[in-house]
Amino acid sequence: MSTIETPPATKTAFWNDPVKRGLALQTVLVVFVLVVVWAAWNNMSANMVARGLIFGWDYLDRPANFAIGEGLIPFAPTDSYGRAVIVGLLNTLRVAVVGIILATLLGVALGVMRLSSNPLLARLVSGYVEVVRNTPLLLQLFLWYAIINTLPGPRQALPLGPGMFLSNRGMKVPWVEWSPALWPVIWALVAGIIGAFIAARALRRRREAAGDAPPTLPIAAALIIGLPFLALAAQGFPATLSVPVLQGFNFTGGIELSPEFVALLLGLVLYTAAFIAEIVRGGIVSVYKGQWEAARALGLPAPRIMRLVILPQALRVIIPPLTSQYLNLTKNSSLAVAIGYPDLVHVSNTTMNQTGRAVEVILVFALVYLTISLLTSAFMNWYNGRVAIRER
Amino acid sequence: MNRPVAPDALVHYVASEKLADLKPPASVLPPLPLALFRTYFGTPGTAVITLACVAILAWTLPPFLSWAFINATWTGTAAQCREAGGACWAFIGEKFWFSVFGLYPFELRWRPATVLVIFAVMVALSTQRLFWRRELVYAWFAVLAVMWGLMGGSVLGIPIPGLEPVGTRLWGGWLVTIFLSVFGLAMAYPIGIMLALGRRSKRPIVRALSVTWIEFIRGVPLISLLFIATFIVPLFMPQGVEIDRLIRAQIAFIVFAAAYMAEVFRGGLQAIPKGQFEGADSLGLNYAQAMRFIVLPQALKITIPAQVNTFIGLFKDTTLVLIIGIFDFFTTLRSALGDSNWLGFATEAYLYAAFVYFIACYTMSRYSQRLEKDLNPERVR
Repeated sequence: MSTIETPPATKTAFWNDPVKRGLALQTVLVVFVLVVVWAAWNNMSANMVARGLIFGWDYLDRPANFAIGEGLIPFAPTDSYGRAVIVGLLNTLRVAVVGIILATLLGVALGVMRLSSNPLLARLVSGYVEVVRNTPLLLQLFLWYAIINTLPGPRQALPLGPGMFLSNRGMKVPWVEWSPALWPVIWALVAGIIGAFIAARALRRRREAAGDAPPTLPIAAALIIGLPFLALAAQGFPATLSVPVLQGFNFTGGIELSPEFVALLLGLVLYTAAFIAEIVRGGIVSVYKGQWEAARALGLPAPRIMRLVILPQALRVIIPPLTSQYLNLTKNSSLAVAIGYPDLVHVSNTTMNQTGRAVEVILVFALVYLTISLLTSAFMNWYNGRVAIRER
Repeated sequence: MNRPVAPDALVHYVASEKLADLKPPASVLPPLPLALFRTYFGTPGTAVITLACVAILAWTLPPFLSWAFINATWTGTAAQCREAGGACWAFIGEKFWFSVFGLYPFELRWRPATVLVIFAVMVALSTQRLFWRRELVYAWFAVLAVMWGLMGGSVLGIPIPGLEPVGTRLWGGWLVTIFLSVFGLAMAYPIGIMLALGRRSKRPIVRALSVTWIEFIRGVPLISLLFIATFIVPLFMPQGVEIDRLIRAQIAFIVFAAAYMAEVFRGGLQAIPKGQFEGADSLGLNYAQAMRFIVLPQALKITIPAQVNTFIGLFKDTTLVLIIGIFDFFTTLRSALGDSNWLGFATEAYLYAAFVYFIACYTMSRYSQRLEKDLNPERVR
């Protein structure tokens, strides 16, 4: 038997061993980061001692001594900084939620209009989209704020719709006057929404099993609208709609939205809607032409083609960038500080100027935004997993 | 029937002159008036849309045009502007050079002017693909150093003989906007590549650090980074060491831009087929070589349009330095609004700023669209 001479295994030098190399690289990196953090921390402690600052959260309980122009919960200067932060956060959420709803409606409308077969409409919308997308949001906010400030006073307010007026004092809109009798209505609304979900599910099962079922949409709408209506009717319509009316020099009734809020909302909505319009257009265009043709060949009417064939596929393309636009809108609402709407950043800025607690204050609002972002991305990943094409 | 013909009587069937163009078949192209009518008033729905659009235009355009052009004052004083009642472009004329140079000392304005010219030439060269070579990158870094030196009169703290030092507090206008965005991009580009590679690294600590950076920065508004740079970073420095305010804002901006660029590059890296990595491995290339010669050239190329789009976003975001009081173009212009001789012309100033930003961003976005076509000829149908 001949033996095959195997060359003696050469030992890899340790600097060529990928595992050891990786370990070394990561150790260096960790040490570097730790040194930087340690140095920064050390310097910060020394600097804070030198400036007579102490890190701590005690300031949150102290009276704020400043007023906040508007808020969802009452706030007086004697309230604490902690409450001020919450008022600011609620203001941020208020403009973000209203902004997201309006921007979605406007954006979807614009996106569909941009695909219109009427060139005049398509051109107009595309001109709007280009102009808005290619100028800074901050500038647009200032422009809207300046325009609102040059509007006539309440006596010559611009009527925008039934009971809606825009003047240099802001906007007046009708609002339901609150009374405890509204609680059952709210519960009825919640029950209606839950009921609509359950009904939609049952109907879908039935449709999948038997091929026939009553239409979902009217039933769901009846539940969501009908139940609260019944609750109202049962109590003999106790709630009154407060409509703004001009009396003397100013309006009475309704609720007032401050010029800052209107300018910020207008700016955010018009800006984000332009981006959403592009996303919606891209999503609809991305659905392959054959899908339209096949759906038509099956004899489906146009609305059903849109609802059953095109939209489910377009939404898969639309939803991820749409969510990031929602996040952008929320983050962009921090520009409120520039025009003086008391959002989280604005309140934090005032707090920082009064207490000198820069580190704590910035930490708080950065973490709030970070939490919102991370929650949204978590939801996004979950949703993406759900709607992703299931390949075999 | 083939009749034999004599050679000299050979008939030529080649046209000796151009024949008249054929008209398209009538069924395909209706006469122009009819086509227009069908497009705009073909169905009741279309007609309503057309009428609504015309109504909107008729409602908004004439007042705007009469304000912006017919009743506008192009040269003159504030009093003349108020008398005319229209737009006061004289105000913009008055403040134009201020919006370009800011508070930069008047007699030294040739320096920022030279910087602008150099910058414009470099941009013009960079748009030409003929010059897309490695040398261009080196040239950009050299030019940025020259621009910085010319503006401030010193490079990295070393004064340049013959140039009077000008503190960054006096910088302003277009110059600061250009510096913020171009330096931001130049520095964010390499950092972004490193972050993107780090995020896809097999090494857990490298990956964790990259993900933390990217997600943290993308999760908070730019304002919070600017606040950190303004109020917290000075605390991190050893006592006695102070970093210039503009440079701190610039660093915040770079950190911000790097995270966004990293996500663009990550998209490019994910689009590279696995075979490319395996091919590089089988050639015996190490990680650095594989990235440098095989993966990155492709990943960077396919993301060029996305890079330009991200850059447009970052360029618009430079306006946010207004909140920490740095005099970029927009802040400078807004400070001009406080001139007591020219009160009440905010709308004109904002429209002028919007016009400048629009021209810059729209040009970039058109350029990126063209590039997308040029770089992917196979995708164009």
